[in-house]
Amino acid sequence: MPSSPTLRWVYRAYVVIFFLYLIAPLLAAGAFAFNDSLFPSLPWRGFTLDWFFSPTEPKLGLLHDTRLLRGMGNSLYIGLIVAALAVAAGTTNAFLFERRQFPFKSALYILMIVPLVIPGVILGISILVFASMIANFADRQMGLFITWLRPGIPLIVFGQVAFLTTITSLVIAARLKKFDIALEEAALNLGASRLRVLTTVTLPFLFPAMFSAFIVAFLVSFENFNTTLMLVGSDAPLTIVMYDRMVKAGSTPVLNAVSVVLMLGSGLLALASVLIQRPRRAG
Amino acid sequence: MPRGAGRLSLFLLFTPFLLWIVLLIVLPQIGIGYVSLREKVGINQYEFGLKNYLDFVGEPIYRNTLLRTAWMSILVTACALVIGFPVAYYIAKVAGERSRATLFLMCLIPLWVSDLVRAYGWIVLLRETGVVSSVLLRLGIIGEPVEMLYNDVTVVIGLVYTVILFMIVPLVSTLQGMDNALLEAGYNLGGSRLTVFRRIIVPYAMPGIVAGCIITFMLTAGSYLTPILLGGKNSSWFTEQIYNQFITRYNWEAGATFGVVLLVFTSLVVWVGLWVTGQSLATTVAKD
Repeated sequence: MPSSPTLRWVYRAYVVIFFLYLIAPLLAAGAFAFNDSLFPSLPWRGFTLDWFFSPTEPKLGLLHDTRLLRGMGNSLYIGLIVAALAVAAGTTNAFLFERRQFPFKSALYILMIVPLVIPGVILGISILVFASMIANFADRQMGLFITWLRPGIPLIVFGQVAFLTTITSLVIAARLKKFDIALEEAALNLGASRLRVLTTVTLPFLFPAMFSAFIVAFLVSFENFNTTLMLVGSDAPLTIVMYDRMVKAGSTPVLNAVSVVLMLGSGLLALASVLIQRPRRAG
Repeated sequence: MPRGAGRLSLFLLFTPFLLWIVLLIVLPQIGIGYVSLREKVGINQYEFGLKNYLDFVGEPIYRNTLLRTAWMSILVTACALVIGFPVAYYIAKVAGERSRATLFLMCLIPLWVSDLVRAYGWIVLLRETGVVSSVLLRLGIIGEPVEMLYNDVTVVIGLVYTVILFMIVPLVSTLQGMDNALLEAGYNLGGSRLTVFRRIIVPYAMPGIVAGCIITFMLTAGSYLTPILLGGKNSSWFTEQIYNQFITRYNWEAGATFGVVLLVFTSLVVWVGLWVTGQSLATTVAKD
């Protein structure tokens, strides 16, 4: 393409500035975890690991901050359940929409995508409202107290599964679309049963997509805020604990330490999902 | 496959789908619609009517918050498009084969980090005792610390930051499909850079532009964290109103009404966007 060298340099500079904009807040959130100061701000008072390891106030480190640790535990637990449920439902959805014909298929397909364009806050309140309608009804009509329909971890799981299932379904369906059905036919001709074909041919082929859908679902669940905020009970996951601390108390660099851990953790998981999606052999 | 077994397996595949879509999506949405039409007239006594909606229309604060959220979301979407397009074009068309993959991966990095950490990063950078203020002070550019949080410019910067990747990714994938010969033909026929951009590049990238705009608009209008954390407690964001009605004031009827209003509003924007440009939800949002 014809263009003057000056213009090309301006363009390149623009792209560089853009990437600085992209990385600046992440660096800022990470760097102050290592500053030997009570506030996440300049001046730089020297390198320290206290915000990770120190057992005493005022520099209570992450490893000794029980509320943050409990939040992290809750997030981990919620994330694993949510990811497992979303991948299971996503896999059956993929088979349903890729392999089967049934009435109203295209309308139902649209319905499957719709959760992606519902704002998270609204998913949260709608599940909150619906669950308490059922719980109130059970309470009034039958005198039953259904505690798991009140805000808490089960509702958080429902809220997150609601929109993550769409994502896992799309990821797994994309892979299933690439599957050569002749392989299944060959296995059937060779005398394998339906179930055996599924477990030895089709599912192994789908596994990379299922794994990476699991990781994506886990990461999104771990980081979710909007939906979770509306459904949280007494066992708050990490994002809510951090948010409370950011708006209420003056935050110390322990939040930066959490940020570092989150960035490293999600970076590694994302890398794992990229690596497993890569074809192992040519073709 | 025997007919009976086919029926059974179809049934087995349908069950999780129906459980999910009916119990977690459809019925809850009907639920908030139902609550939004209900008004409290006594303890556990309700009447049905449009009072909540009339309250919403009659109260300027609520109305203005929605308009403000809509206007800011449009602004953020436009900024994301203007800022993101050159970057997407650079990644798709200008960069070499190897740096293309690296740049694209670098674009995705912030996507792996939660909104909360990103907003926190902006707070650390921009607050009165933050990095930018301190550095400017040290350099002698400003005389005293400046508070850069809690204003609309910061909210827009932060929101553009959170959503821009959802603009860049669809743009890159559409632009990558464009044949360079199209551009060369445009230049050979005597088109200026502007003409080539306007008549060839933009029309070609249209599906990506629409997909990116819809997703960024949706995410911005529905966002909660960034406007609150960067705009302060009184950032007048519509999702904040919903939260206040539900959690702070325990007025579920009003909160549900606001929820329905926001949902109808964002759906309307998405629908108009798709209709004007002749795209469909399945081709834009669900494209992998």
